[in-house]
Formats: sequence, C-alpha cells, structure tokens
Amino acid sequence: MALSDPTPPIQEPLTEPHHAPDKSAGHSRRVFLFKLSLLLNGAVGAILAVPIVGYLLGPALNKKGSSNSWVTLGPLSDFPEGETRLVNYRNPVTTSWDGQTGDIPCWVRRVSGTTFQVFAINCAHLGCPVRWFAQSKLFMCPCHGGAYYQDGSRASGPPERGLFEYDHRIANNNLMIFAGKMPTLANQARVEQPLTQILGADSTARLASVDKTEPRCSSCQT
Amino acid sequence: MPDLKQTGIEVYNWFEQRLGLGAPVIAAAEHEVPSSTSSWWYVFGSGATVILILQIVTGILLALVYAPSAGNAWSSLEFLDHSIRLGWFIRAIHGWGSDFMVAIVLIHLVQVFTFGAYKFPRELTWIIGVFLLLLTLGMAFTGQVLRFDQDAYWGLGIGASILSRVPIIGGQLVDIMLGGPIIAGPTLSRFFALHVFVIPGILLAMVGLHVWMVLRLGINEWPMPGRIVDKKTYVRNYHALTEETGIPFVPDAAWKDAIFAAAMILAVIACALYFGPFGPTGQPDPTIIQTAPKPDFFFLWLYAVLAYLPPNLETPVLFIAPVLGIGAMLLLPIFAGEGEKHWSRRPVAVLMITVIAVALGVFTRLGTYTPWSPIMNAWTSDAIPPAYLHNRTPLERSGALVLQNKQCRNCHSIGGEGGLRGPALDAVAGHMTEDQIFRQVLQGGGNMPAYGNALNPSETTALVRFLSTLHGDLSPAIDASRRMVQSSDSTSSPLSSPQPATTTGH
Repeated sequence: MALSDPTPPIQEPLTEPHHAPDKSAGHSRRVFLFKLSLLLNGAVGAILAVPIVGYLLGPALNKKGSSNSWVTLGPLSDFPEGETRLVNYRNPVTTSWDGQTGDIPCWVRRVSGTTFQVFAINCAHLGCPVRWFAQSKLFMCPCHGGAYYQDGSRASGPPERGLFEYDHRIANNNLMIFAGKMPTLANQARVEQPLTQILGADSTARLASVDKTEPRCSSCQT
Repeated sequence: MPDLKQTGIEVYNWFEQRLGLGAPVIAAAEHEVPSSTSSWWYVFGSGATVILILQIVTGILLALVYAPSAGNAWSSLEFLDHSIRLGWFIRAIHGWGSDFMVAIVLIHLVQVFTFGAYKFPRELTWIIGVFLLLLTLGMAFTGQVLRFDQDAYWGLGIGASILSRVPIIGGQLVDIMLGGPIIAGPTLSRFFALHVFVIPGILLAMVGLHVWMVLRLGINEWPMPGRIVDKKTYVRNYHALTEETGIPFVPDAAWKDAIFAAAMILAVIACALYFGPFGPTGQPDPTIIQTAPKPDFFFLWLYAVLAYLPPNLETPVLFIAPVLGIGAMLLLPIFAGEGEKHWSRRPVAVLMITVIAVALGVFTRLGTYTPWSPIMNAWTSDAIPPAYLHNRTPLERSGALVLQNKQCRNCHSIGGEGGLRGPALDAVAGHMTEDQIFRQVLQGGGNMPAYGNALNPSETTALVRFLSTLHGDLSPAIDASRRMVQSSDSTSSPLSSPQPATTTGH
C-alpha cells in the first residue's frame, strides 16, 4: 500500500467530519456519473456488438442459393447411357487455401439420351459418401448402412428420404449442374416427411416438383 | 549455505511483499480436510487438472508446427509424424492424453455422483462440473477435426447433417458451423479457433471456479449411511468433522493425488510409445470415397445410437434427448440437494449409473465393429466356403455366383464372413420357405432393399435355389398350408417336401 502511493493527497472533506454533507452531496454526484459511465459503456458495447455479431453470423446471412452456380461436369460423351459414374468438380465457391476439400464428387446417372440424374455424394442420413454398386444397382453408405436404388430413392436403412439431387441442364453438349453448397436436409427439398417448416405454398409446390423421380424438366431450371 | 538460504528467503520475501500470493496459496494448500477424504477415490479431480496441463503443454508444442489451413493441415501432420524429431511422440501424447482426460473426467463424475458430492452446499460445483464435462467433450471433438483427415472431413459432414435437422434455423446453423457453403478452409479455421482459444479459455476459467469452490466449501466428506445432508445443519457438522478429524491437505492427503497423477502421466507416455499417434488416416479429399468414416473412441456410442434409431425418431431424439439429459444433470443438485449421500441408501442413483454405464459400454462396443455398416468389399473379398458348394446342382452353384456378384455379402455373412447388416444366410432355408425367400429377394422389406430391378428371372431363380440349400442343421422350412393343399390334391406322402430344391441339396 505504502509503495503505491508515496505522497497520499490529504483531502480535507474526507478527513474532517463536519464536511460530511458536502461529501454525501459529492457522493451522489459521483454515483450519478458512475451510472452515466456505465450507460455510456453499455451503448458503446452495443455499437461494437453489431459488427461482431454481423461478422459471426456472416456465413448464415448470405442470400439463399447465392453460393450455387452452374458447373460443367463434362461432355455428354463422358457419360455412357445406362451407367452411373462418379464425377468430380471444383466447387464454384472456394478459397485458395481449401486444398483438396474444394473438389466435390457427385454421381451422374445417364438414364438415356439427354435424360440425366445427378446425385450428391452425401448420404441423406448424415452426409457420409455413398458408393454405387452397378451389379446390384444400389447406392450404399458405409457409415450407418443407408441404401438407395439406382434412381436415388430410398431403399433401406436410416435415411428418411432419397439421395439429394442436383439441378442439371445440358448446354453445348455439356452436362452442367447447379452446385456450390453442401446438400443437407436443411437446404434440400423434403417431400416425404418435412421436419422443418417450408415457407409458402409455392415453394412447397416447387419442392414437390423437384423431388419427382423423373429427370428434371426444363422449367425446373428457370 | 546459510548465506544461500538467507538469500533465498530474501528473494522470496521481495516477491511476496509485492505479490502477496505466497501466504494465501500456502494456507490453501495446508487447509484441513476430513481425514476420511484422504482416499484413492478422491484423486480423479486433481488427475483431470494435471492432464489438462499436459494437454495445454503438448498442444502448444503441436501448434509450433501445425498448419491450420485446410490445404496444408494434413501434410503438416504427416510432417510432424515423420520429419520433425519426436513430433510423432508429442502427437501421440496429445492424442492419448485426450482419451485419458475424457476417461478421467467421466470417472470423476461417477465418483462425485456416487458419493453424493453434488448435494448442499456444493450444487454449483457440480453444475460447473457438468459444463466442464461438455467442454472436455468439445475439446475431444474439435481436436478430432484438427486431425484433418478423412474421418475428420466426414465427421464434419455428420456434424453438419445433424445441425441441418434443427427446425427452422438448421440451414443457418450449418452455414455458421462450416463458415461457408462446403466443408473447406474456413471450416478448419473456425474449429482451430474453437479448439485453441475459445474452449480452452472457458475451460480454464471454469476449472478455476471449480477448484475455488472446492477450497471454499471444503472437500466432500466420505459419506456415511444415515448421515443426512440438511441445509440447516450441514455446514456446522462439516466444520465439526473437519476440526475433529482434520489433516492438512498438503502433505497428508495430497501425496495420493501426486502419485496418481504421476502414474497417469506414465500411462499416457506408455500408450504414446506403444501405440503411437492417432492417424492421420487418408487425406481429407472428398473425391476419395473408398472410406468408412468413424469417430474417435468416446463418440462411438453416439455413432451406434445414430445407426439404430428409427428414421422417424431420429431428429426428435437427436435434439430432445441431449436437452433432457444435460438438463437433468444440471438440475439434479437443485432437486436432490439434501438427504442421504451414501450409495447404499440411494439405490436409484446406483441403478441409474449402472444402466447408463452398461448402455454406453454396449453402444461403444457395437461402435467398434459397426454391425450396421455394409462391408463394402465383402462381395469381392469374402469367398463362399467350398462346403456350401458341395453336392449342389449347376443351377444352385450359379446362384452362389449371383449371391456374390450382387453384393449380397456386403450385408449378409456366410461361413462367418461378410457384413452383419442383415441376418447370416448359413441356415436361411431353415426358417424361410422358397416362396418367402423369393418374396424377400424381389420385394425387400424389413430393412432390406428390393432386388426386383437388379435381378433377371433366371438370376433370381438360381439365387433362391442356392439359398434354399442353406439350412444348416435345421430341416428345411416348409409351407404348412401348401402341404395341405397338395395332400388334398393327391395322396402323396405329407412328409416329403414339395420343393425339389430343398431336397436335391442333401
């Protein structure tokens, strides 16, 4: 104590009891100023919190679908009719330090001619990579044993719906898909058993059309 | 020497005059504890603290080399394992230390629960302890992510898929968790920040509070049957007990903590030397899909639960069960803050601990061999035992080929080889008739896909004929109603099987 304050200032009001009214008057003023300072800091804190919260929530505030864009998977000749093939593409949204994680695989099924289905690699259960078995015409998931038929519909196991499908189109004899975001139950259509709320009737109708097992119509791409 | 000692005391006093920490620390170390608490059962709290310090030290050492970027993390781990002197050993200690820390925190929790230590006045100590458990598990999970390999990549996928099931805001939560649209650079960076700054910071602060409260309220006395905790009398009785039987914590009780800590660190070192570091497994390249992702040991039970939940129960259970479980743990001392502490007077508590421990143990055991997962290469690697092909007709043998080629083995075992997802087929015809096997193969059901589209009629016939020869020691299943129909048609012997396939095999 003595070290910190070699010359303690002697304040008359503090040492002399007959100035007590002044002290208490000063006290209430200082309490007011302290409360004011708290208020000021609260306001500054609130101002500071806005950009901090905005920064933290940034990834969630992107417009829906803004991370998706059309990606070319290759010329149609790469995909023999009646076969299902694994195709890798570079995600349209990447950072330069993503490394291999920016390469995303998907399953392309050419039913016939220009009729395609493009499935996400992620199992609809918990996102593990499903594998295609041409002989039994099944997709199987190594994690919890989900299985899907060749058209992506649920065959057995814990998934509650079929495989996620990408929107696709054919341009200049190339197959393109609308991709960019990891497909999960939250951002993909769920017609079988909606567990989250889908806003608006028209989106429900759109989702219903998306989940048809037939290949996409051209109107789906608009 | 006297001069040196004198100098030492002077140096100490110089610091003590300015810091003033020595006296209270010594007082805290020497504070009296009931002699009954000088027990080997009371060493786990300090053990967890010691291993936390070990984790911090080894974690900092790893951070000297580790590159927390998605493109380089895996290579930097390989570099640590192979190119940095003793890098593998530090990684091994940090990995094994993590398993030991979770284990010891769990043992500590079971011990304080069994000893009724959460009752008055130590309710808040327990509540903070629950958060410490969650934070420890958080460290274990984020640490597994920083070991940025295939398991980490797909583990993040599982985490994101679970979050995506949250009603309404699931999608936003996934975005915040991943830091972008896919599992990539920003994802690893934010798990690095969590593992290295956020969670350890909160963990250390809470450990401080936890230890402070243990010192302030006194260590829980050894419970005795019939010694009831009453808020009015407890503190007085505890002080009386401490005065009566008190011994200084240091050194009279602390030597056991110290020996346990040393033994535990030696065990971590032994595991690190013998088993080496964890992974990394394959590169975090999502295009390499030949992988069967699996979480670390302490999350295997969860992995098993996720496999066994029925699809329509999964989302509710995922989000309601943790809330109930953690809520119950947090509220436990509020609603059971008084009464008996001794386990012999708390049968429900003992039963709960037993049931939970057995359940976690069983699920963890299942998680080690994942009977629900198809074995992706069983159809090409596991051959049908030759005995199962003896005395079979050409049609039945071609059915064995169909069984092999159509990946049936991935889910069904024969001769002990193959997947465990579906039932073993060694004696399938002993409990299913040929018609039932036909129906099951073509239409599936009972968690089996339908193979009607994947098999042509001749393949189906061959397959079912082969399966019909597999009835082990049982007599072939027969359809009682068909036999009645047939016996009414003709007066043939009712004992002979109507199906030629089941009789020609043997």
